[in-house]
Order: sequence, then C-alpha cells, then structure tokens
Amino acid sequence: MSTDPEGRTRTIKTDYLARVEGEGAMTVRIRDGAVENVGLEIFEPPRFFEAFLRGRDFREVPDITARICGICPMAYMTSAFNAIEDALGTEVSPGIKELRRLIYCGEWIESHALHVFMLHAPDFLGYESAWTMARDHREMVEAGLKIKKAGNDILRVVGGRAIHPVNVRVGGFFRAPDREQLSALVAQLETARDLAGEAVAWVAGLPFPEFEQDYDFVALHDLDRYAIEDGRLISSSGLDIGPESYEQHFSEHHVEHSTALHSLMDGDRTYFLGPMARYALNHEQLSPLAAEAAAAAGLGPECRNPFKSIIVRAVEILYVLDEALRLISSYDLPQPAAVESEPRASTGYGWSEAPRGMLWHRYRLTGDGSIAEARIVPPTSQNQARIEQDLRAFVEPRVDLDDERLQWECEQAIRNYDPCISCSTHFLDLTVDRK
Amino acid sequence: MTRPAKPELVIGVGNRWRRDDGAGLEVARRLQAAEPSQIVAVERAGEPAALLHAWEDAGRVLVVDAVRSGAKPGALHCFDPVDGPLPAQLFRSSTHALGVAEAIELARELGRLPAGLAVCGIEGEDFGPGEGLTAGVREAVERLVGELCGEPEEGGPGGGHAAAKARA
Repeated sequence: MSTDPEGRTRTIKTDYLARVEGEGAMTVRIRDGAVENVGLEIFEPPRFFEAFLRGRDFREVPDITARICGICPMAYMTSAFNAIEDALGTEVSPGIKELRRLIYCGEWIESHALHVFMLHAPDFLGYESAWTMARDHREMVEAGLKIKKAGNDILRVVGGRAIHPVNVRVGGFFRAPDREQLSALVAQLETARDLAGEAVAWVAGLPFPEFEQDYDFVALHDLDRYAIEDGRLISSSGLDIGPESYEQHFSEHHVEHSTALHSLMDGDRTYFLGPMARYALNHEQLSPLAAEAAAAAGLGPECRNPFKSIIVRAVEILYVLDEALRLISSYDLPQPAAVESEPRASTGYGWSEAPRGMLWHRYRLTGDGSIAEARIVPPTSQNQARIEQDLRAFVEPRVDLDDERLQWECEQAIRNYDPCISCSTHFLDLTVDRK
Repeated sequence: MTRPAKPELVIGVGNRWRRDDGAGLEVARRLQAAEPSQIVAVERAGEPAALLHAWEDAGRVLVVDAVRSGAKPGALHCFDPVDGPLPAQLFRSSTHALGVAEAIELARELGRLPAGLAVCGIEGEDFGPGEGLTAGVREAVERLVGELCGEPEEGGPGGGHAAAKARA
C-alpha cells in the first residue's frame, strides 16, 4: 500500500491473496478519488493440458484432465467423458447416469463445504482463518468438517478415492458399488443434511455489504432436475444452446496481466457463472427441503449480491445432500457398469456444472481414438472479467475506506467467486494504487 | 518436551508429481512396504480436514512433509506442535493455500490434536513438475524410514535428532 508524494494516487497491494486456489494478484489503482484501473492478475504458469492431451488415447482423457484440479476432479472427468461419448456416439444406461450424478453430488458437497466454512465465512466475521473463527464458532466449523467428509466419502465409495477418483471411465465405471456400500453412507449423509440446514440459517445471518449488480447469469438447465452433470446452456438474456454451439457465442481473449484467458459472450459482454447463476435459472427445481431453506434465508427468485453467494452455496449443499440420499434410496446396480466405445474420427462436445460454474470441453479424435485437438474452458477464466467488473463497481463508492479495510473487502469480493486459479491457468495478490 | 514411544501412525503428506514435494509420501510408501510392527503409514495430500480425519483415532502421530527454508537439501526439521504453531512459511500448502500448519492450528482450536504429535519436515531442493526425489532428499527419506523401522542410527546430519523427535 502506498500514496504518492502529492497524495493524488493511492496504491494498495496485496502480494498474496489467501484462501483462493492457485497463484494470482489483484491491483486497484485509485487516482484523485476515482478508480482508474482494476486488474485480476493471474500469474500461475500456464499448464498446457490441452497440448499434452494430443496423441493420448481417448480412454485416458478423464484421468488426465482430472489432474487439473484436486477440488473438482469430477467436473473435469464428467465434461471430458460427456464430450468423448458425444464424439463416439456412446449411450450410457440410466443407472450409470444416476451413479454419475451421485458422485458429482459428492464433489459439490466437499467443494462447497470447503469454501463456505473454511474460506469464505471467516471474511464476514472478521477472522483471518477458519481456525481463528473456530474459537468462537466451533459448532459451525465442526459442522463444515462433517459435511465435507460426507462429500469426500461419496467420492471414495463411488470413485475409489476421495481425490482424483480412479473408478470413473469413458462409458461408465470400472466397477459399480453395491447397494450395501452406498447404504452405509446414509446415516452420515442424513446427519450432514441436518447440519447443512442449520448452516443455511447461520450464513443467512452474516453481515452482508449492500452491493447488487445486473448480471447476465449463465448456467446449464435440465428439463427434469437441477442441472449438474449435463443439460443445455441458458442465460438470463435468453440464450439456449447445446455444447456444440458454445464457440459460436463465447470467445476467449488474452489480456496482458493474466495467464488465464478472459471469456466474453457475443463478443463484448461479461457473464456470470456459478451457484448464483444456477439458483437464478433453476431454483424451481430445488428439492422442497432446499427451496424451503432458501426462502427462510430470504433468497427470492434470484440473488444479485455476490457476497450472498455464500447463502446460495449453502442451499446447494443442502440440495445435493438431499439429492444424494434420493439417488442412494433408488439405486439400482447398473449392469454392466460401463459400455464400450468404438474409436472413430469425430469431434465431440461436453460440459457440466463444476462447483464454480460451467466447464466446457471439446475433443477432436482421429480414427484410432487418439486426441488430435483438445479445448477446455474452465469456469474461473469465464468469470475473470466479471470479477474485475465487480471489483471496480465495489471499490468506487468505497474509495474513502482506509487501505487495510479496503484491501480486506476487495479480497472478500474476489472470494465471492470461489476462484480456482489453478483451474483457470492456471494465486492472488492485491495491489490498490491510489493517486 | 517428552518423547513417548514410536509413532503408531505416520502420515506422509505431499504431491508426488512435484518432485521433492513427494518426500513425505515416499516415507509413507516405504513404511507400507517395510511393514514395521505397530506402525501404520498413510498418504495424504495435506488438506486440513483430511488430516484431522486421518489422525482422529490415533494416539501417537508423526506427520512428514517437505519443507523449503533454504537449508541443505535433505536436512530434517522436526517440530513439536505443543510448543506452538509451525512456521507456516516452511510448509508448502496444499490446495487453497491450506496445509499441515493450518490443519494443526484448526485441530488445536477444535481440541482434536492427537495425544502425541510430531512433525518432521524434509528440506526439498526441487519442487518443479515431475516425479522422483533429488539425491539428498532421497537419502533423508531412507534415513528417516530406517530410524522408524528401528535400524541403528548412522549419526548423519540431523538423523539422530529426527529419530528422537519422530518418537515424540
């Protein structure tokens, strides 16, 4: 943080933004009391996954792309097998689809619980970390750990292990868990669901800054249920497309200050992915329990205050716990556990709702089933331009705050998005420059 | 500090695909292969909740992780968390900038530290992408595993100290 000798320019710099995934920085430059520039600088090195997928067999793609992220590997695996199965014309059974939705519920639970209880909630109450928050809010931190473990255990039982599942493949699963294995999760999930209901009420009582924006929400939509593992892409502004049309509407651009690409819709518009977008577009498909909790928490048909995304995440945790229990109660062992795919020269498109928002994949395969070309567009890079817009709008009426307070609130505004910078490149430092 | 008997549980922490960051995992893997009596070894990425769950039913726990302080590669840094927080800057954090140091502080606040806990950091040299440990780190892993398996101490730099702390 610094101020120039004339006192016209004020610079606040945070060289490391904690409680986000990956490596980046934030600079805010204020000149004569007005915001001159805002930049979310992502400097985690590019990771080149799209390049080293070339030449690999199509069957390897889910396991390779899962390595992009330790928090949301199922999102990468799902978008990958959706795209490859699209390319190869593979149709999987309803039982496999249900099991895929169950393991994805596990990922939402563990990822959202980490963010809500360990990373985001301390912001609102002025704690530097979850462990300092635990001194005064031990029950909630304990609840968060139990909820997270319930999600991890779904991944472990269905996927073979809690991080980077090994039981997931193109066409289904290497081995489907038997009913007894899933039934053993029920008591733990029911306890987690009760705790999640209490958590929704708790986060709804946090102090929130007054800040609403006019977002163009974009999320997958499924006619039959709250979209997670597939669907059509819809938006507040009327978009309704399949994954093959994604590139006609969304484009990526290099920006000088970031190793992640910025995404824009229809050439020049930012858009918003993630829990608030899903809630705005699909809330009518929440389970009665989750819908009731959302209403009691004061959420209307949509939420445009990104700080309140913590409430929406908590509602989604409740929903996916409810959904996981439903899926387990109706589980019918899929036999076979996978269907085989025959390689052919083709192109396929796939997506799914990662905890942070829609994740799109495209693969071009050669006749022997090796990958000729891969393209992956993760949610954080799509939200990056929107995060910068939020920062600018948020800082402008708050330029009179002292540097320490402004820095704290800016970091919080970034964490609203639960940014996964490792996914998008590709860590976060904050610089506020006042002139 | 008191030094109770050998650990019942050794938790190796790290990332095998970031070279020396896999040192803790390699200690766990070698212990699993050697099967020393009364020691269970597990591997974890370092995420705090997973560490709390890993040690929740254990009495005496040793956590082994790679560290970076500028010391000679392979040097062992041993800590008793009862003495106070770990120097977090030494320990590479796992995802979302949370790791062993944060897990211990969270456990301390929640009253979920195991009855006996020691942390051993192995100084790494190369944390770049790729598999395999550098020579100095590999030697430190071998020395620590030897001590935990009850082999006579060689008296190498830090070796005896590590063994004593590891039994904390």
